[in-house]
This record gives sequence, structure tokens and C-alpha cells, in this order.
Amino acid sequence: MVTTPSTGDTMVLNLGPHHPSTHGVLRLLLELDGESVINVTPDIGYLHTGIEKTGERLKYQQVITLADRMGYLDNMLDELAYVLAAEKLLGIEVPERVKWIRVLLSELERIGSHCVWLGTHALDMGALSMFMYGFREREKILDIKELISGVRMMTFYFRIGGLMADLPPEFEPKVREFLAYMPSKIDEFEELLTLNEIWIERTKGVGRISAEDAIALGCSGPTLRASGVPYDVRRVNPYSGYENFDFDVITGTNGDVYDRFYCRMQEMRQSLRIVEQALDTMPDGPWRIDDRKIVPPPKDELVSSMESLIHHFKLFTEGLKPPPGEVYAAIEGARGEMGIFLVSNGTGKPYRFHMRAPSLYNLQALPHMSRNHMVSDIIAIIGSIDIVLGEVDR
Amino acid sequence: MSPEETSEALRARFGDSVLDVVHFRGEVTALIQRDLIVEVAGYCRDELQYNYLSDVTATDWLDRRPRFDVVYHLTSLEHWNRFRLKVQVDDGQQVPTVIPVWRAANWGEREVWDLFGVEFEGHPDLRRLLLPEGWIGHPLRKDYPQTQIALPRPKSDKVLQRD
Repeated sequence: MVTTPSTGDTMVLNLGPHHPSTHGVLRLLLELDGESVINVTPDIGYLHTGIEKTGERLKYQQVITLADRMGYLDNMLDELAYVLAAEKLLGIEVPERVKWIRVLLSELERIGSHCVWLGTHALDMGALSMFMYGFREREKILDIKELISGVRMMTFYFRIGGLMADLPPEFEPKVREFLAYMPSKIDEFEELLTLNEIWIERTKGVGRISAEDAIALGCSGPTLRASGVPYDVRRVNPYSGYENFDFDVITGTNGDVYDRFYCRMQEMRQSLRIVEQALDTMPDGPWRIDDRKIVPPPKDELVSSMESLIHHFKLFTEGLKPPPGEVYAAIEGARGEMGIFLVSNGTGKPYRFHMRAPSLYNLQALPHMSRNHMVSDIIAIIGSIDIVLGEVDR
Repeated sequence: MSPEETSEALRARFGDSVLDVVHFRGEVTALIQRDLIVEVAGYCRDELQYNYLSDVTATDWLDRRPRFDVVYHLTSLEHWNRFRLKVQVDDGQQVPTVIPVWRAANWGEREVWDLFGVEFEGHPDLRRLLLPEGWIGHPLRKDYPQTQIALPRPKSDKVLQRD
């Protein structure tokens, strides 16, 4: 590992990879002059599992499970990015109901992810109780995910051409209950932190990044919006019917840790707005497309129809076969622009499967944000960019 | 400026150096001559307002010459659209780095070097990004096996062996 040559009397300190505030296994080499940080060199790859290589030997419908395991805090959003890329490659359009359900669940997922971010970020800064509160609220969302898919985290619920199953009847009351419950909890978070003097002292003016630098370094999501750039993929390139929903793109002004915190807090409220609209206007209709070359036939047909059996067999032995070509589909993940680059050569497996992980690009801006800060501020900055190492390292 | 207009503008400005323009599923890709990529990138950023680089990646087409595609995903935060630039490079050849145009390319290019072994000329810090220093081979190449790789034994093994 090459470090930047020291200038004068400095010391190199290893932060991580086994350090709770690195949110996974991130290693930072801090070059210190006394307690102020001269330079930061991130060293990543500790969670590298070769997801992209593995994806090349799985069938298109199997790759969804890999997307699930990448950003493990917002896995439905990663699933969504992948299925949108695959659907774009196939050139299919899913029914309205599917789009609405996807939007609804994505926004719940965003709230859940932000709850974990808030809990861990505040924990790093000494607000211990926030950790409990954050995870308590996320639990409600995990319950909803369990209700629809049977799994709490790696749901595998979004499929190419539709969903795993339709929503169960208990879904709506459960989400309504959550909608009634959550706003007061966000108020509670804000009471604890937003105007808390210690919190403001620790976060205001720390880790600033200007709009120009944030754009040049490829930041996205709340990390970019806190600097005042209204770039939200949901608004810029609407996907999955986002153009039908009314929400505000929250931006900050200073681009510091506090603004990134504030943006995410307000984003949770906007997500609740979208969830409510999606629930109110949920259209009826099929929950997957009716194309036997893409989605499997209903199970009961398999015992009575030879054709269905053949379709089923072909689909699971050979896979879907998109035409040769390449597509890039981006969504607004909880951390920023989550993009999937998918190349097909006409076979049943992706020729190339690449993920543009927002955390990777946000982390790239960390050295820029950290210069001339104290070591304790670095902890605040790492928390504020909300990295998920599973996504950074893939 | 729509992606179609972008490809028109590139053709008008760079002529035959735009080797190919592909339209697929509403996305436009321009294949650029390799040594002109920095110039084209600068033109896209300054004149066509593609101020945001979403991603740099590559594809390995094992049997084709030149073997690799290096792919740049451009986003315009002014016009809210996307465009894809591509260059082709063979094993052992170099691609000029686009870091002077978009600083975001730094880690993306390191990742491409790490996983594909495509070198970027002029990159200030071309180290492996994800794999450890000293790793042999570039895993996302199509001729790199997916399983059963004989890895070099770590040196510390000797220490652990008892006589």
C-alpha cells in the first residue's frame, strides 16, 4: 500500500478495518499532524466477493439475488435497479400496479435504510439511544417485507416482468398503521438531534464539500444534494412511474455533515408522502406481465397444460434471452444514483453485469471532505456519507 | 440537448473519429477513437454540458480485436439526460485517462485496471482498487477462471508450520 509521502513531522494512523465507526470493513490511512488530518487514503476491497463475475454465470432471473446482497440495507432498491435494467434490455413494460407496488416498497426501503444510517451515525457521535430508536422503526419495515415476501432482508420480491406475488390483504392496514406511526417518530428524532446544541456543534461546518467538487467527484444522493445540487434520479429520469407522484427534492446549502443529516431527515418525510400517495392510488390489475417467455406460467397450469410445462422448462433451463445490446438503468437508491450496466450477447446469462454503486463514488470524495479536520470529525464525516461496504466492494 | 443531438454534435465536431453511433432502447452510444477520448470528453463536458460522470467500466470481448470496450456513462445535470462514450483497446495498449476532465474517473479507472488489466495513461495513482496488492491476474477477464484458481501461497504459511 503506497501512502502519500509525509511532509515534516506527521504520523500515519490506521483507522479500521475493524472499527465500529467504519460501518463495515473500511480501512483509512490517516496522515496526522498532531490531531489534525493532513490526508486520508481509503483502502477498500475487504468485502469484495466478485459479484460481477458471479453474475456472468447466473441466468438473468437468478442475478436478482446478487443485487439483493450487495447493498444489504436497501436491497429492494438494488433489486429494482437490476430488474429495470433487465426489462429495458428485453424491451418490456410492466403493468401499472407493479410500478406502484415497486415505488411503494422502494420508499419504505429508503426510510428503513435512513433509519439505520441515523442510528449508526448518531451512535458514532455519542447519541447512544438513537441507535435503539433507529433500529426499532426499521423493524416495522422489516415486518412489512416479511409479510409480502416471507423474508426480512434478502427479499427477492421484484422479478423481471413483475413481482414474486401479489400483495397480501393484510398489507394495506399494516402500511397504514406505519404511516400513522412514523411521522411522530421522525419528529422525535428531530427533537433529539436537529436543534440539539451538541449535535450542531459536532456537525455544522464539518466535512464541507462545494457543489462543483461534489459534481466533479461523482457524488450523488443526499451527499450531493446537501451541497445544493437538485439531482435526484426520481425527478431527473423518472422510472417506474415516479412522474405520477408528488414529492420535493430536498437540497441543502452548505454541503456539511449537518446538511447531509438534514436532507436525509426531510427525505424520510417525503418518502412517507410517496408511500401514502401510492397506497391511495394503487391501481388494480395483474402483478406481472403475461408473457410466458419472460415470466413462468402459474403453478396449477403445469399439471394440465403441456405448453405451460414446456415454457416453464425452457425458462428455467435456458433462461430469458434478451437481444444483444447494452443498457444502463439508474435509480435513486438510498445513497444516490444506483446504476446497473447490463450487456447481453443473446444468451440466457448476462455477458457483463456491472453495478455503479453510489457509495463507491461518495467514498471517493471522503479525502476531499476530511482534510484539515480533527480525527473525531472524520468519524462524523464517514457517518454522514452513509456508506455500505457491501456496495462499495461488491 | 438530447442524446441524438449529442451524437450529431460529436459527428459534426470530430468527423470520422466518431467510429460508430449505436441506438438501442432509447440509449445512444458513440464509439470514439481511443487517442481522442480526452478531447471528446472535454468537449462533452464544456460544450454539451455533460458535467457529471456516472461511471467508468469495461467489457471484455475475448475473441474480438481490439479486445476491450472501456465505457463511460455521462450524465448532464443541466439537461437531465445520459450519453455513453466508448473506446476500444487491446490487451497491452493504453487508454488516456479522463481524470483531467472528470475527477470522478479516478476510482473507476483503478477498478477497470484492477479487474480487467486495462492501463490508463497518465493516471496519477494506478493501483488495484478492490483486490490486494500482489494479486495475479485480472478476474473480470473472460479467460480468468471462475473457480479453482491456484493462488500463490502466502508467505506467512511457513511460520505456521511446525517441524
